[in-house]
Amino acid sequence: MKPEVRKFWDFVRELTTDDAYDMYLARHRATHPDVPALSRRDFYIAEQQRKWSGIQRCC
Amino acid sequence: MNKLIWLLVAVVGGFAIGGLALHRGESINAMWIVVAAGCVYAIGYRLYSAWIATKVLVLDSTRATPAVRLNNGRDFVPTNRWIVFGHHFAAIAGPGPLIGPTLAAQFGYLPGTLWILVGAVLGGCVQDMTVLFLSTRRNGRSLGQMARDELGPVGGYAAMLGTLVIMVILIAVLGLVVVNAMKHSPWGTSTVFATIPIAVLVGLYMRNIRPGRVLEASVIGVALLLAAVVGGGAVDAHEGLRVIFDLDSVTLAWFVIGYGFIAAVLPVWLLLAPRDYLSTFLKLGTVTLLAIAVIVMRPDIKMPALTQFIDGSGPIFGGGLFPFVFITIACGAISGFHALVSSGTTPKLITDEGDVRLIGYGSMMLESGVAIMAMIAATLLEPGVFFAINSSPGIVGATAEAAVTTISSWGFPVTADQMHALATQMGETTLFARTGGAPSLAVGMASVFSSAFGQGMMALWYHFAIMFEAVFILTTLDAGTRVGRFMLQDALSHIWPKMGQTSWYPSVLISSALIVAGWGYFLYIGVIDPNGGINILWPLFGISNQLLAGIALSICTGILVKQGKVRHAWVTGVPLAWLTIVTTAATWEKVVSDDVRIGFLAAADQTATQLAAGLLPAAQAAVAPQLIFNQRLDAWLAVGLTAILWIVIFDSARVCLRVLRNLPVPPNSEAPAEVVAMKA
Repeated sequence: MKPEVRKFWDFVRELTTDDAYDMYLARHRATHPDVPALSRRDFYIAEQQRKWSGIQRCC
Repeated sequence: MNKLIWLLVAVVGGFAIGGLALHRGESINAMWIVVAAGCVYAIGYRLYSAWIATKVLVLDSTRATPAVRLNNGRDFVPTNRWIVFGHHFAAIAGPGPLIGPTLAAQFGYLPGTLWILVGAVLGGCVQDMTVLFLSTRRNGRSLGQMARDELGPVGGYAAMLGTLVIMVILIAVLGLVVVNAMKHSPWGTSTVFATIPIAVLVGLYMRNIRPGRVLEASVIGVALLLAAVVGGGAVDAHEGLRVIFDLDSVTLAWFVIGYGFIAAVLPVWLLLAPRDYLSTFLKLGTVTLLAIAVIVMRPDIKMPALTQFIDGSGPIFGGGLFPFVFITIACGAISGFHALVSSGTTPKLITDEGDVRLIGYGSMMLESGVAIMAMIAATLLEPGVFFAINSSPGIVGATAEAAVTTISSWGFPVTADQMHALATQMGETTLFARTGGAPSLAVGMASVFSSAFGQGMMALWYHFAIMFEAVFILTTLDAGTRVGRFMLQDALSHIWPKMGQTSWYPSVLISSALIVAGWGYFLYIGVIDPNGGINILWPLFGISNQLLAGIALSICTGILVKQGKVRHAWVTGVPLAWLTIVTTAATWEKVVSDDVRIGFLAAADQTATQLAAGLLPAAQAAVAPQLIFNQRLDAWLAVGLTAILWIVIFDSARVCLRVLRNLPVPPNSEAPAEVVAMKA
């Protein structure tokens, strides 16, 4: 992939939160590698639960 | 050189607005509106927002934001400014800016357009940016918390109560819009119904099949939604199936109420989250497409600049230009709801405090642009057609002949044949009395799209537009019911602590049922009202949304004064004063006006007199007691809402006066400053 295309693709993934788990995993490994990380599925469910506990959408 | 360019932008913008305002002819090209809007936004952003950022709020890029200080990889995450912009815009832009301008088009294109531009640049954008800034300085605190911390408990509770009421009214009116778009439309109804299993499928995909793969799942989902639009056409053509989906509005209202309750108690991953992904994709895609189509097609605006309905006799909603254009267009000019989004999620993502200007002011500007597009799509219709779609039978008459005669007598010629041909073209049996704004917007969008991207697909475009509006109205309905439920659970926990456990099932069921019953009541009344509930509900929604904006601006003004910025407090003080005048005047008229189309009490009294005299037909007499009760309830509700606004204003003024007289006030609740770690 060309670097510009790559950059655009990364932007789209971040914008749509498609890369949220990858980000979480990278951060988790860096900050506390000794604690087991959530699975992709558990992370997704927990994130949705957190996200929709407040005012997310407007009129 | 730079100054010269801005001078040129100002001259072009002034010329475009002047052209719009002074034009009196058959039609005017939509590009006049587009150019005027572009210039106003450019100047507003480049000059006014920059001045507010540097002189009033004093944004400080060296001060570490909560995302940086408290980064936890979950809710506090330093994020690219354009990503935050995208998320914030997706959060604030709902169906409101599409519907409000469509309804306000009854006054002509000019009043609504001017209010959208001026209201956004001087009011809405400023509110969003200021609240975002204040919340960013306070670790992402909510509006209610900031009010409690900085002013005292009164403002905090008022903000909470206002939010709850606005949520209930908002959901009811949006539900009514969907019901009116679907009634006796097998194509529309089957398509909208199909979006539910599609969302569930996408939810299961993202949870079980390929967890967290948002992009894949959304692409599949959007493809299925488009297939559902085509499939709806097949349902419509099928003798047996079309009867099943040919539903009246009361049945549809019960479906929406049942759906709302189920959606609120189901886990978010199953319905709400996937629906939201789909609606966000559709929203961004459709709005972009609409903007491109308008610029490519440069359609003519057929609606006059001003209509005779500025005197208050309008068929879509009763009430004069002042104050009702400012109530009808809330989202798109200034929306109090945005203050809730701007304090909460977004501040926790901002990496650089300087980005508050782009994200707060910029996103609202874009939303205002969406409202302008909606205004163009509504006013490019023949005015006669526009009024035929949007007027309720109680105003223009129940039969097609009566309706076209009434509307033509206003000077907007339209014929029954013309309406029939249009309905056939759109794949519908009739387009008369499809109030609520969504269908006429869909007709407008279908005509722009089909002339820009291929003729002969009118019916598909129309139902695509209906599906698109329904999808994100239903998202707002789910999300709003859920938020209302959380707020109610929080409030009830003061009485019975166990109710506050957000995942305890009895509490979930009871509080969800209460919220759904609240909006379900207004939705049901709106459906059975022969004058069309939009006339009652939309002004109430507008009043409550502007009231929330007033509360937010009072809090902002109070905090600015506390921080020693009295000289600049007019930045939020002037929009506050305007909104106070507008909401108070609108409430006054809605309560005391003798005109039964405006005053709630006058309407209740008239119905009561007619009922007592036995003048009403049996069908209307049966629902009359409910309508009378509801009109009186609405009057009290409007008074109560405005009282809340005045309480917050007085509370804020009290704090400001104490500041000016050097008396003690609650301390500044900003998080202590920390300097951003130097970049290597």
